[in-house]
Amino acid sequence: MHARADAADTAPTWPDDIFATLQRFDVRQVPYVPDAGHSRLIQRVLASSTMRGIALTTEEEGVALLAGAWAGGQRGVLLMQSSGVGNCINMLSLIPILRFPFLTLVTMRGEWGEFNPWQVPMGSTTQGVFELSGVQVLRASNAAEVPAVLEAAAAQAYNALTPTAVLLSQRLIGAKVFTK
Amino acid sequence: MSKANLLDRRQVVSTLLANRKDVVAIGGLGASTNDMCAAGDHARNFYLWGGMGGAAMIGLGLALAQPKLPVLVITGDGEMLMGLGSLATIGLQKPPNLSIVVLDNEAYGETGGQTSHTSAAADLVGIATACGIKHSQSISTMAEVEAFAQAVHDVSAGPRFANVKIDSASLERILPTRDGTYIVNRIRGDLGFQPI
Repeated sequence: MHARADAADTAPTWPDDIFATLQRFDVRQVPYVPDAGHSRLIQRVLASSTMRGIALTTEEEGVALLAGAWAGGQRGVLLMQSSGVGNCINMLSLIPILRFPFLTLVTMRGEWGEFNPWQVPMGSTTQGVFELSGVQVLRASNAAEVPAVLEAAAAQAYNALTPTAVLLSQRLIGAKVFTK
Repeated sequence: MSKANLLDRRQVVSTLLANRKDVVAIGGLGASTNDMCAAGDHARNFYLWGGMGGAAMIGLGLALAQPKLPVLVITGDGEMLMGLGSLATIGLQKPPNLSIVVLDNEAYGETGGQTSHTSAAADLVGIATACGIKHSQSISTMAEVEAFAQAVHDVSAGPRFANVKIDSASLERILPTRDGTYIVNRIRGDLGFQPI
């Protein structure tokens, strides 16, 4: 069994801040590969009447889905964890070619007190992979800066068609704790 | 390589799109996108020249955004095999206005005709069915193609999936535009959306 180090007392409210921002930007399709760090946001999306949560089998499906959504007039956001970013690489080529708004929110692993070495290689290259693929990277390291970072990311992604990834740092989410 | 009783891919696609009305059609990377162009360029044609494995998911995003419009994905066996997980995703979402047709020549025709998994083992209809796409069928006659083309317009009864065994002969390439931004904005414009 395992639990988030910071989940014992009260649930953090920054996922609610994210949800409110996405709602304000009229985001309608929310493809996701589940991650513990996104669980509260996914719950909010699945309970929403205006957003559709779409469970994926692998993250690159979400990139293609957002291209179709935009062709059909809707905005979306892709939720994943850092290990999924590598799965997306070829599909990210659709973004500059088709020029659709791309926003992804990535919960980070492989940094800030990581226990599992298998998470470290992809977590260490997440930002580099995005930047090489033409996706600008913003980062939120604490709960207080989440609203401003999300606002900036959504504004540049949806208003200026600047492909944008927000890395939600492991320091913000809390390192995963494994106990026997 | 040609076998008897296999359908002609161009005839299949032109029949699927002959009376298309408001259909938005997505052509998967490879010969499928050329077949769609050969059937006649159209403002609602979404031609893919890359993003292999993404055609069905682009169809899902479009179908969810435009639930009253029939959305038709036309792709090949190799492209579909690369996005098999998307059949599970579509089976979960069950968009009633989405139809997928795989033109199955059992080969990677664009890269030298190497045999694909459908030539000996993989059963795409079985996979689609097992992923929860109830209306999944194998098609071997033009009459069935015509019936499927009709069914595409029923936006309340999908999703549906069809695997069509086609002749593997290479045909003259009819190339659509390669400008992806133009392709997407043309569709958006035809659906009534303004540029940003």
